[in-house]
Amino acid sequence: MEKKAIRVAYGEALVKLGENNEKVVVLDADLAAATMTNGFKKAFPGRFYDCGIAEADMVDIAAGMSTMGLIPFCSTFAVFAGRCYDQIRNGVCYPHFNVKFGFSHAGITLGEDGGSHQAIEDLALMRVLPGMTVFAPSDANEVYQCVEAASRIDGPVYIRTARLPSPIYDPRPFTVGKGNVLEDGSDCVIFTCGIILEHVLDACEILKAKGYKPALVSFHTIKPFDDQLAREYTAKCKKVFTVEEHSVIGGLGDAVASAVIGHGVEYFEKIGINDVFGQSGKPADLLKEYGLTGPQIAERIMKNL
Amino acid sequence: MDIQALKATARQVRRDIITMVAKAGAGHPGGSLSSTETMVALYFDVMNVDPKNDKDPNRDRFVLSKGHSAPALYGTLCERGYFGREEFDLFRQLHGILQGHPDIKKCPGVDASTGSLGQGISIAVGMALGAKHTGNKCHVYTIIGDGESQEGLVWEASMAAAHYHLDNLTVILDHNGMQIDGTNDEVMSLGNIRAKAEAFGYDVIEVADGNDMQQVLDALHTPACPGKPRYIIMNTLKGKGVSYMEGQVGWHGKAPNAEQAEQALKELEG
Repeated sequence: MEKKAIRVAYGEALVKLGENNEKVVVLDADLAAATMTNGFKKAFPGRFYDCGIAEADMVDIAAGMSTMGLIPFCSTFAVFAGRCYDQIRNGVCYPHFNVKFGFSHAGITLGEDGGSHQAIEDLALMRVLPGMTVFAPSDANEVYQCVEAASRIDGPVYIRTARLPSPIYDPRPFTVGKGNVLEDGSDCVIFTCGIILEHVLDACEILKAKGYKPALVSFHTIKPFDDQLAREYTAKCKKVFTVEEHSVIGGLGDAVASAVIGHGVEYFEKIGINDVFGQSGKPADLLKEYGLTGPQIAERIMKNL
Repeated sequence: MDIQALKATARQVRRDIITMVAKAGAGHPGGSLSSTETMVALYFDVMNVDPKNDKDPNRDRFVLSKGHSAPALYGTLCERGYFGREEFDLFRQLHGILQGHPDIKKCPGVDASTGSLGQGISIAVGMALGAKHTGNKCHVYTIIGDGESQEGLVWEASMAAAHYHLDNLTVILDHNGMQIDGTNDEVMSLGNIRAKAEAFGYDVIEVADGNDMQQVLDALHTPACPGKPRYIIMNTLKGKGVSYMEGQVGWHGKAPNAEQAEQALKELEG
């Protein structure tokens, strides 16, 4: 299956957006070659602003630029969401300015740079901000849709992307705030988001091979969350598992929990980074270390079926 | 506007500051009183603004980076006609448009929500950069505090202002020398602030008395230096105009009681 890092798709999407919308400007903090905004920089040098290694300044500059009718897309590593969080909160979200954040290298599959650079908390940070739309796309096609949708939303939007090349799936229907059912089933439901989908699909195949009928629902939008779909599948399957490349605190798992509590849950388990920081290693080794490979996910689920 | 009228307006804004802070029983009078001349000069003589068209895209912009001096901004905006005096009654109160710190979503005439120190100047840099990008001829003004200048973001923003040659930006330092816990030198010395501003690439003007309306006007009307952002050091007096507040650290964020407010208002009579 063809693979593409979703950060690469983000860079491509920005160039396409730039061609169609002259209000779009792109800001980076000396990471254009990593966040992949360098494509936009090359295509539209007059609309690309490097802010230097100063993420907080980048976010507030974007806030100011948005008041002039521009649509700024800011990019840096997702781990630095914490570094410029006050600016995202007070500079952008409090006044509900029209600023977009395409933050890359999220999760442990960042790999070798280690725990200091592996964002496991960004979804939690972003979910809690009033008025923020939060996207966690699972492949290149969803990234294209998220970037396009972000440009049409009047307000702050966070798009979580990743470094590791991951499979490109056939395009799925895309509506902001709506999940996609990838597998219908009745024994349990697995809710997921982001590029960990590759391994969740593996887990599903294992479960099916063992005779189980798992349902699988993928969410590209973490906020506003598709409470209705989560409840529907919870009521149908009763046993709920969430899988994410993020802390089990504050991310997709908690979004699902908030939605489905009191809606017929018989069993609920969050699979993700279990309240620890990551470490250096090859992405495949890290996924195994933190229990996020297909077989490991399948095993945890089967224990409770 | 005639200088005597500007001085009278500044006096009225000072009365507004005392009135609203005393009524609310909370707020920041010290730094509001030190920056009053600058705000009055900006809104009544320098900036191209129209209270009846407060979202005009071509208007000049003002960002109160030291957002806690909101009472001075609210007094100025009210005197300029952005809203009525009755709003003072709800300063810092539930459902009021005059929040503890300026809120663009609630208060007419406010161009940025501020209060988290260091952010306003960075937002102003973004506005100036955005104006250049879009060909908007407006000028962007921001007032920062000296205590605020301990925030690293002030200097990140300054670097960007020089890098992008933002000669449509004026940064005004309300240099009253004091902050919550003491003088700047006691808390975290700013060192040679003029040399720092120059080293960061600003065209610097220093105003000996930032509470002297004529000196303030002269500085604000000095033509821009092409290719460079402007930085004006306004040497001011914290608590200016109210004898018992002048030069007193303790009045940074404290409201006068009824008796003290009465005395202040008497001192501020024309």
